[in-house]
Amino acid sequence: MSSNTLDLDTLIRRDYAAGFVTDMDADTVPPGLSEDVIRLISAKKNEPQFLLEWRLKAYRHWLSMETPQWAQVHYPPIDYQAISYYSAPKRKGDGPSSLDEVDPKLIETYNKLGIPLQEQEMLAGVAVDAVFDSVSVATTFKDKLAKMGIIFCSFSEAVREHPDLVEQYLGSVVPPGDNFYAALNSAVFTDGSFVYIPRGVRCPMELSTYFRINASNTGQFERTLIIADEASHVSYLEGCTAPMRDENQLHAAVVELVALKDAQIKYSTVQNWYPGDEEGRGGIYNFVTKRGACRGDNAKISWTQVETGSAITWKYPSVLLEGDNSVGEFYSVALTNNRQQADTGTKMIHIGKNTSSTIISKGISAGRGQNAYRGLVKVLKGAENARNYTQCDSLLMGDRCGAHTFPYIEVRNRSAQVEHEATTSKIGDDQLFYCRQRGLSEEDAVSMIVNGFCKQVFNVLPMEFAVEAQKLLDISLEGAVG
Amino acid sequence: MLSIKNLHAQVDGKQILNGIELEVKPGEVHAIMGPNGSGKSTLANVLAGRDNYTVTDGELIYEGKNLRELAPEERAREGVFLAFQYPVEIPGVSNIYLLKAALNAQRKHRGEQELDAIDFIALVKEKMKLVEMKEELLYRSVNEGFSGGEKKRNEILQMMVLEPKLAILDETDSGLDIDALKVVAQGVNSLRSKEHAVILVTHYQRLLDYIVPDYVHVLAQGKIVKSGGRELALDLEKRGYGWIDQPDNAKSATVGAGS
Repeated sequence: MSSNTLDLDTLIRRDYAAGFVTDMDADTVPPGLSEDVIRLISAKKNEPQFLLEWRLKAYRHWLSMETPQWAQVHYPPIDYQAISYYSAPKRKGDGPSSLDEVDPKLIETYNKLGIPLQEQEMLAGVAVDAVFDSVSVATTFKDKLAKMGIIFCSFSEAVREHPDLVEQYLGSVVPPGDNFYAALNSAVFTDGSFVYIPRGVRCPMELSTYFRINASNTGQFERTLIIADEASHVSYLEGCTAPMRDENQLHAAVVELVALKDAQIKYSTVQNWYPGDEEGRGGIYNFVTKRGACRGDNAKISWTQVETGSAITWKYPSVLLEGDNSVGEFYSVALTNNRQQADTGTKMIHIGKNTSSTIISKGISAGRGQNAYRGLVKVLKGAENARNYTQCDSLLMGDRCGAHTFPYIEVRNRSAQVEHEATTSKIGDDQLFYCRQRGLSEEDAVSMIVNGFCKQVFNVLPMEFAVEAQKLLDISLEGAVG
Repeated sequence: MLSIKNLHAQVDGKQILNGIELEVKPGEVHAIMGPNGSGKSTLANVLAGRDNYTVTDGELIYEGKNLRELAPEERAREGVFLAFQYPVEIPGVSNIYLLKAALNAQRKHRGEQELDAIDFIALVKEKMKLVEMKEELLYRSVNEGFSGGEKKRNEILQMMVLEPKLAILDETDSGLDIDALKVVAQGVNSLRSKEHAVILVTHYQRLLDYIVPDYVHVLAQGKIVKSGGRELALDLEKRGYGWIDQPDNAKSATVGAGS
């Protein structure tokens, strides 16, 4: 009706601020996957024999596996021989022993992304591990944390310095043959973060890892392992970005969490991998296995995720509730715009007595985005008085997107209480007009309605992430509604 | 303040308004009456700039500005308010949050400082007394689970907080009991002053017992077919709409009140 209605086509072109490429000399292994490549990766990292054998075993198992087909996502077959499995920024000697030795280009890259690696400039209370392509390039506040007995370092360093811990826990939550992508990761993983919180210690700051894919034709296969010893406490944040490229890139990570008796782990993700353009060209395939085990009584694991990026997301952060009275939580906002596809959810496996789990999933679909929630709540025979509450809400914008819900519930114990609620709603022209008639711009109205929809999840995000998440949603949704 | 000339408009391609003429000056209250389907609500929505309500001909001048060129939010910020016939529910967005965002968007547009939370709450609580609304409704999601009467009171509360120059009430009285009707009237009357004008779209004259209009216009087939004072509404009450001449043989009736 008004002559200056916003041009939606120009608005829908989302502004992906992290899409730049850093020009780096890199040590990149030629594309292709074989036992030799795995031996090469292992040799480059000076790994102990047990790890090489572990990788080779995973690889041999992977060869016998097939790509999972059950997810509600569609993409052409991936040529695993066309991917390079190792790329590291070139450096002199054995690598940086302090931040001063890190290539200034890398520091600049992270600054551009809003992640300052200089400790004096850091947001108070956050320690950062920065992973660039296949390797960890810097970890901040390491020494301070070490004084409390906290280990926070790159995975490679953990393999060198704490091989016993790695050997004890690696693959104990996600076995190497767990699924196709986990097996691939186990064979070729290059770096990632490692955290150990000693008994009774409450980690005084948020720990975080920022993953950055830079090189082209390179897969990123990182591995994160977090161990919270008895009665310890840690909050961990994970952020991800990648340049805009026309080809698809594979990201197949594995995250394992172990919470021992009375321990608590909170794991938050803001995932902003490059999502591809409006036509669906390019973007990251984000095929990730994340799982935590509450391996003692009264342990607690919370997953919080805000997923706005990736061409395709395939991930189900899960909790094995082994200890009595243990608690699992999953709070998720997953947004798909343009041609993005997401098949995401969680698995809550109730094994111990009086275990409880909460699942709050918010899916937002815009453009031609396809968003599926897939969740499993399983109560085993011995899990007396298990409780689960699941709430699964979908918000649709426009009439070309889709929302799908696949909840699986398996209960083998009569004392269980399992609740499932689901809603689907649409941002209506009526709602937008109502807000605009009160003086709000169209974008502010969309943002307000979407933030209202996501409120339950944003409320449990750490402060800095909550702000970032809201901004990301606003950017990702610009002009998504007509 | 508002000058409507020869207004023709379509809704989803269907011609509804066929040459409306209306002049509204500051301080005036105009009632727009007429049978169902005569175009009353269309007029209200056209003034607010709703999508799918397309002006095909005519002039809409408000405070010297061509309303046709302004987006809905720009009209709102210039002081045009529509109390909706069917207020919309917005899950997850608290009533008070929307109200604060709306007020501050309008204040910003006027170059005024945004109100902070404390001043804002004080303002809202003062206005709430007049509409006799339960405070808990402020913290609930916008209109979600509100009764019909609560939704209408909420519209009036928004109007009172935003203090529009031109308030358009689209059948705000429909479905209200007498107590709620009085509350609505109280709200509108509190806004009455030399600066503010009100357009009441209503099917029944009942509301006009409590808000005494300066002018009453009767709409039929998308045209104003008769204009008069308060007594016109009473005549309509007694005699219905049937006796009003149809637009084709009642050209003289389109003399705009107040012009």
